[in-house]
Amino acid sequence: MATIRIPPVLRPAVGGEKELSADGSSVGEILRTVADAHPDTQSQLFAADGGLNRYVNVYLNDEDVRVLDGLETAVGDSDTLVILPAMAGGSR
Amino acid sequence: MSPSGAEVLRQIKSRIEEIDPSVVREQLSNGAVVIDVREPEEWGTGHIPGAKHVPKSYLESRIEGAVPDRSQHVILYCQSGNRSAWAARTLIEDLGYESVESMTGGITLWKDRGYDVDVPRTLNAEQRERYSRHLLLPEVGSEGQQKLLDAKVLLLGAGGLGSPTALYLAAAGVGTLGIVDDDTVDLSNLQRQVIHNSERIGVPKVDSAEETITALNPDVTVNKYAVRLGADNIMDILPGYDIVVDGLDNFPSRYLLNDASVRLQIPVVSAAILGFEGQLSVFKPYDGPCYRCLFPVPPPAELAPSCGANGVLGVLPGTMGLLQATEVIKLILGEGDPLVGRLLMYDALAATVSEVKVRRDPQCPICSRHPEAISDEELGVFPDYEAFCAGAH
Repeated sequence: MATIRIPPVLRPAVGGEKELSADGSSVGEILRTVADAHPDTQSQLFAADGGLNRYVNVYLNDEDVRVLDGLETAVGDSDTLVILPAMAGGSR
Repeated sequence: MSPSGAEVLRQIKSRIEEIDPSVVREQLSNGAVVIDVREPEEWGTGHIPGAKHVPKSYLESRIEGAVPDRSQHVILYCQSGNRSAWAARTLIEDLGYESVESMTGGITLWKDRGYDVDVPRTLNAEQRERYSRHLLLPEVGSEGQQKLLDAKVLLLGAGGLGSPTALYLAAAGVGTLGIVDDDTVDLSNLQRQVIHNSERIGVPKVDSAEETITALNPDVTVNKYAVRLGADNIMDILPGYDIVVDGLDNFPSRYLLNDASVRLQIPVVSAAILGFEGQLSVFKPYDGPCYRCLFPVPPPAELAPSCGANGVLGVLPGTMGLLQATEVIKLILGEGDPLVGRLLMYDALAATVSEVKVRRDPQCPICSRHPEAISDEELGVFPDYEAFCAGAH
């Protein structure tokens, strides 16, 4: 099973976990498995058309899946998916 | 009887090649390495432009650093052409350099001919002491320290990230620090904003920061901007700065900064923090991706916790701010691999650092275009977003 790293803003939607494991052979299958198990993540990960939300970046290991095959990108058991929404905390 | 020094010098000059300053001048543009073998004080009074400095007393130990390739064409000079002759003999006969010449008449003749001389600016005695640990590093040295003193860095915020960044950049001798912050010091800031202190509660942050910086290093000029960065002032503030350090706490300002910095071609060292985690990247316009390449659109409110008050471990902005300061100094010195095209993620609880690649987006609405094509009206524009986030400040 691939490992999925959950960013701080999505952790409340997955019971506080920092990492999840999920079955699936592609980025899309794995993220849909996550969304099925944790419905609160559905609207945060996926746009209405079923594609990834543009404000969420997903990396297979260290590469943006958008420069690979997007949701169709093949994922192996030893791979890590990193979900990365923008953060802006800083100065105050 | 042993020969006199003058006799030995005559013998050496007969064994090596000597060339006239006019030929050296031509050779400068033909790939020859010109080495000044005089003492540091003599070098400081002026040297041939583009020359490297290897004092004769350190010739054997340092020449390989300056000229690693022994087949390289090397021209040596000194004050009058004698020490460089001795040095040429050493390079040829003891160290195996194949193509070495000594300039006749030294820099004295060079100057008499009216050729250009570079007079390096020198650090004063106090600066040599203050920055002595920098001067010992080959990657910094007096040339690098001078670059730091000449550098102009703009800090957006004298808060969690800006405080440690400003302190260390000031200590390092970055000569001009601009600080943009319209806030005043609050007791709840002091858990992490180490440039301020308990006695300055209620004082504008730009004034408090200036006081700390000036006390730490009088070499630093502080430019204060007690305003909130906005579309109405960004194009007045940014021009003239070499690097911007971004620790902004909201998305509209980050996009505004991105668009203006791309247009002005100023690199931005950007960090963000939340809870126990931080992100860091360097956005160097047209060399790497910009912020919009990484995050083309801002997240909605529920995924944008920066819009509200959130907890942060007090040490975390220190860690991330000092990583920013490190990237700033690397950019100024032109040393190392800057964090361009990479996003570093630090997890304090796990004590792990990881990295992902950030690509330039060929369709980026900003950095896929010529900088001059980006208009004032476009800077930081996101329909409705300012109104959407404004209520949370």
